[in-house]
Amino acid sequence: MQAPMVVDGTSIGGDEQQRGVTLAPCPGDERPGAGSEKRLLRYAMMPHMLCPGCGHGIVFEAMLRVLAERYETLDTVAFVAGIGCSSRVVGYVDACTLHTTHGRPLTFATGLKLARPELDVVVVTGDGDGLSIGGNHLIHAARRNIDLTCVLFNNEIYGMTGGQLAPTTITGAYTSTSPAGNHERPFDAAKLVEAAGATFVARAQSYRTQVFEDIFARALDHKGFSFVEVMTDCTEYFGRTNRLGNGADLLFSQARAEQAIETDLAERPTLTPVPPKAVRPVMEMGVLHESRRPTLEEAMGLTGEQR
Amino acid sequence: MAERQLVQGNEACARAALAAGCSFFAGYPISPSSEIAELLARELPGRGGVFIQMEDEIASMGAVLGGSLGGRRAMTATSGPGFTLMQEHLGYASLAEIPCVVVDVMRGGPSTGLPTSPSQGDVMQARWGSHGDRATIALAPGNVAEVYTLTVEAFRLAEALRTPVAVLYDEVIGHMREGVQLPAPTAAQLGRRTGPIAPPSPDFLPYQANKAGVAMVPDFGRGYRFHVTGLMHDERGYPMSDHAQVAALLERLERKVAAAVPAVPPERYRLDDADVVVLAYGIVARTARAAVDTLREQGVRAGLLRTRLLWPLPVASVTEALSGASLAVVAEMNRGQWAFEVQRLAGGHVEVSPYLKAGGSVITAEELVEHVLFATREGVGA
Repeated sequence: MQAPMVVDGTSIGGDEQQRGVTLAPCPGDERPGAGSEKRLLRYAMMPHMLCPGCGHGIVFEAMLRVLAERYETLDTVAFVAGIGCSSRVVGYVDACTLHTTHGRPLTFATGLKLARPELDVVVVTGDGDGLSIGGNHLIHAARRNIDLTCVLFNNEIYGMTGGQLAPTTITGAYTSTSPAGNHERPFDAAKLVEAAGATFVARAQSYRTQVFEDIFARALDHKGFSFVEVMTDCTEYFGRTNRLGNGADLLFSQARAEQAIETDLAERPTLTPVPPKAVRPVMEMGVLHESRRPTLEEAMGLTGEQR
Repeated sequence: MAERQLVQGNEACARAALAAGCSFFAGYPISPSSEIAELLARELPGRGGVFIQMEDEIASMGAVLGGSLGGRRAMTATSGPGFTLMQEHLGYASLAEIPCVVVDVMRGGPSTGLPTSPSQGDVMQARWGSHGDRATIALAPGNVAEVYTLTVEAFRLAEALRTPVAVLYDEVIGHMREGVQLPAPTAAQLGRRTGPIAPPSPDFLPYQANKAGVAMVPDFGRGYRFHVTGLMHDERGYPMSDHAQVAALLERLERKVAAAVPAVPPERYRLDDADVVVLAYGIVARTARAAVDTLREQGVRAGLLRTRLLWPLPVASVTEALSGASLAVVAEMNRGQWAFEVQRLAGGHVEVSPYLKAGGSVITAEELVEHVLFATREGVGA
């Protein structure tokens, strides 16, 4: 195991030095450059507001790892987010970060990208933000094929407001506003966005960050509207209300929902939701659609400023 | 000298936007404002500008704010129902201090109402349409030439004060054609965006205010890495909920928009010895002016205060106009909106007799004369 390392203060704003923070790579993480993504963090915004066991931090860290391989600093990268637990993570990255209104990050991102096509714009949204209040903007952004990378954190519930029903809550699951179990069918976000015209559509999980990292990297590379739905877990509300166990238990339940690796998990504990109405459906993972057609900026003849 | 030409109100608005350096328009079609979008859809792309028709007015306003943060002078145009949908993002723009111009060509409401008839029904929506105590600027041009000059001024104010500026006029002004000159704005009339004076550094404070109380926020992608949020925030732009700091922030946002008051003075017509003061704005001020002339011919010492600024309320010019009067008549095409403010400022010292008409047609000079004569004969002003 490597010795704990102190990240150069000048590259991340010096706050960690003021706070006396010593940064160490994760125990057992021997990969070259492990921990280097931490230089992209905005330490002055810490401590973060994610709950213990929440999957969002896992996904966010994976995003930073991919970004750290590509960018020294994030001066030309804008993160645009809406409202919700997932959207709050953009505040923790040292970039141009825009925490917008509920459901509308894609509208702000569309304006920003058209105004400054040379910027790389990443949209972080949640299942409530992106599929309920912001569902209209999601399908129109996909239809336009504007060159944005949209990562939708799907935790199947409204976490920030206290565990209410989401349009992604699985049928039968309990939430604070579905006390008799959800009567509705959840959205299949990937199918929706593909049908609307997105040219890169993928689904990943907080359970398998390496897969997510590969997908996120491909989404960043893709020219056009790229959409990555990533399944993460809300332990405090979804997990607890449905008695699905702690964060680790929920990660295993994600694994069970992944068709490709389901057989590997025969020896893992089987989760029995109480009552057993709410069962995570088996979902397709990976890159589900990839195609090429002119982006909105290309069609409009917008080239942006030279870097 | 600019050449004299026949121009429609909405066309004057769009041409003012181009003259003012607007290079970003996002909007959604709605009567009676659509000509603005149509003209800019033709003109902006060839000039390096961006035109996009969004999926609704909420999206339009979001895109405008994104475009503005990208560094462009950005606007949208709409009418009452669309203005309603934009309100949440107008509140966002006020708090996050993102410059933008919103033109509201007013039609009859509430709801779908009278889509192609004039109204002045959005005066209070412009002031209080968004939740919270939002400081607002709303301009009210009274003719086609003024649609041009006040749209240019709206951009100057928006960029300098980093706040949304609304331009409110009714369907008649929007669709009326007048012979006007549209002179190119001077550098002073164009103004410039308030931005950072400090270079990028780890200690940079994007929401530090200048002496005018305006946060010196950079554009995105110019070497500054910073956070923009609709949450209450400190000078770093980071969320905070310290009550004293929040109160100070709201106070600063209200204080800074007061700069619009001296910038957009009213027109005073035959006011110096006026006993009866008519207060009007927009299209109504034109007929009110004719009514004042008729009243003078009939021996009534009438005058007109035509405000071109609805918000922030031009308190001094209203109270000054009322100071020697015995009767104030607020004429507006709604059920009484600005009239409430005048009544409040009159404070019982001057009788206020509003003349209100919300049916979708313009107040005529004749009916206004009749109202004033009735009010004075009945001794309302005594």
